[in-house]
Amino acid sequence: MAEAVLILSIVVATLRAATPLLLAGLGELVAERSGVLNLGVEGMMLMGAAAGFAVRALSGSAALGLLAAILAGIAMAALFALLTLRLLANQVATGLALTIFGIGLSALTGLPWAGVPAPGLAATIWPGLAHAPPALQQVLLLDPLVWIAFAGVFAVDWFLRRSRAGLALRAVGESAEVAHALGTSVLRIRLAAVLFGGAMAGLAGADLSLAYTPMWAENMTAGRGWIALALVVFATWKPWRLAAGALLFGFVTIAQFQAEAFGLSLSPDLLSTLPYLATIVVLVLISRDATRLRLAAPAALGKPFRPTD
Amino acid sequence: MRLEKREAPSAAMLWVAPLLAAATSVVLTGLLFTALRVNPFAALRLLYLAPLASANGVAELALKMTPLLLCALGIAIGVRANVWNIGAEGQFTMGAVAGGGIALALGPAGGWYVLPLVLAAGIAGGMAWAAIPAALRIGANAHEILTTLMLNYVAQDILSWLVHGPWRDPQGFNFPQSRTFADAATLPTLWGTRLTPIFFVAMLAAPCAWLLLQHTTAGYRLRVAGLAPAAARYAGFSARGTVWLSLLIAGGLAGLAGIAEVAGPIGQLMPTISPGYGYAAIIVAFLGRLEPFGIVVASALMALLYLGADGLQMHLQLPLSLTGTLQGMLLFLLLAADVLVANRVVWRRAPAAAHAPGSMR
Repeated sequence: MAEAVLILSIVVATLRAATPLLLAGLGELVAERSGVLNLGVEGMMLMGAAAGFAVRALSGSAALGLLAAILAGIAMAALFALLTLRLLANQVATGLALTIFGIGLSALTGLPWAGVPAPGLAATIWPGLAHAPPALQQVLLLDPLVWIAFAGVFAVDWFLRRSRAGLALRAVGESAEVAHALGTSVLRIRLAAVLFGGAMAGLAGADLSLAYTPMWAENMTAGRGWIALALVVFATWKPWRLAAGALLFGFVTIAQFQAEAFGLSLSPDLLSTLPYLATIVVLVLISRDATRLRLAAPAALGKPFRPTD
Repeated sequence: MRLEKREAPSAAMLWVAPLLAAATSVVLTGLLFTALRVNPFAALRLLYLAPLASANGVAELALKMTPLLLCALGIAIGVRANVWNIGAEGQFTMGAVAGGGIALALGPAGGWYVLPLVLAAGIAGGMAWAAIPAALRIGANAHEILTTLMLNYVAQDILSWLVHGPWRDPQGFNFPQSRTFADAATLPTLWGTRLTPIFFVAMLAAPCAWLLLQHTTAGYRLRVAGLAPAAARYAGFSARGTVWLSLLIAGGLAGLAGIAEVAGPIGQLMPTISPGYGYAAIIVAFLGRLEPFGIVVASALMALLYLGADGLQMHLQLPLSLTGTLQGMLLFLLLAADVLVANRVVWRRAPAAAHAPGSMR
């Protein structure tokens, strides 16, 4: 029984650690499939994390906190869209600017809440969580955001492969010129995709600050936005493979904490390099076959589109 | 209002855009201060003017400029060759670790050879750290944006591990920091300030970078690889060479910046040795138009922002995280202003009467 609970707790911890990566990754995947490379995921996540925590603390409502996080992510993405879609700025440079700006602005706005303890999302929804039997406790720890993230895989996969709008989005990502010639509104679709990416990154940030490690700290995403970006490449822009990648990384993340339980005594600093090293390893594995990667990538990724009228 | 592509990029706008961005940024910063409920004029004065009010302030500015300038030159050379090295922060850290390691290993040993050895190890450490993404890009096609960035986190963890564990000062009351470096392993300071001679090395690196880019074959190949990758391939320029050269130069410069900080004003290894110089240098590189001399000016401006933020914290109790916000805002404004380089703004009038129904064309 104790072993079953241990295994269950590892599964639950993996799912929870995978959730922010999956949420942010799904948003970026949709944006990239429309041909827009937004390297600002880390910045959007941090703004979502700070806004979500602050609004929950002010209003006492977790739902309002999540909503604020989504709106914060959308606002950041709108800034990116204005520069790259409307003003045709370089997407790589603008994405980096968004990350640098997000790190600074979230630290500034989140300052009053730094280090303030807060109950986790699961404990908010289930007040009796602490007294539940161990197995039930583990299941209840799977808060709604975990379910939303994994349901999102179905939804995004269906949207991209089966819906008319998804077809148009993919067409725009493969060749904006052809899609434009066929009467598709390239910029409107890209704007929607970028804003969706922002909303999901904001939600991913809120998952960190409201559910996963319920607190706000400067730079608390610790590179997860960048790992999500790498996972989109690893997934060759396919939602199901993204879910697999996020789970793998969720496991690597918790392996840090489990290592000690298995008698491995490495310094916590060295263990915390694991997700970053793993990111490099998966990038190398997936990128080695250059042709395959090029064929899988949206052909118009990163290329600006100038509407001609 | 509509954007119309210019026939050729505007040379004047190339330099007007950063000025426009800087001016707009001052206005927005003033508004931000108002939002933070401080007097914007007093705060702007503290931010931009107060740091330069004394000779010591100017020396501090030069000191802060040094790492920004070194890192930004490397980043710019890379971007010119279409190699996106976001890893200056990690290369800086590993330069400090490698050079600092030598300084600690030599202990109190004196002699003229110690400092050159420490500096060389710093440069080598940065180069070695930059060699990893270069090898991964060449050998496995792994894009350097993500690998260099991941290695920043790894470098920070390695530094943190060293100063918490093997390199911790046994007499340091358990603080996570190394022993202070011996005098022979520490950079001399100038004129009673904290400024070290590495500032002049950095100022010399700018014309060297300009010579490399504009007047050598290697630099020509780098620029062609950036501007027209296909042309570079047809001309038989080695893509490997481009990636290796630009990353090794960038790593060496960032490594020098790192060791110059720990063997200079800091004097030992500790968990935090950089307030994000490696990231701020990306902004400096763009603000300086990826041109070495522009970068000198941009690094002075960015250094001023760091110093000014220190002053704001001291006198107005404003948080230091303000720096990052202002830096990000500046880069945004620059990217927006840059639109004017390649485009002109056309104010479209209402549709002319010629299109009115029934009119003759």
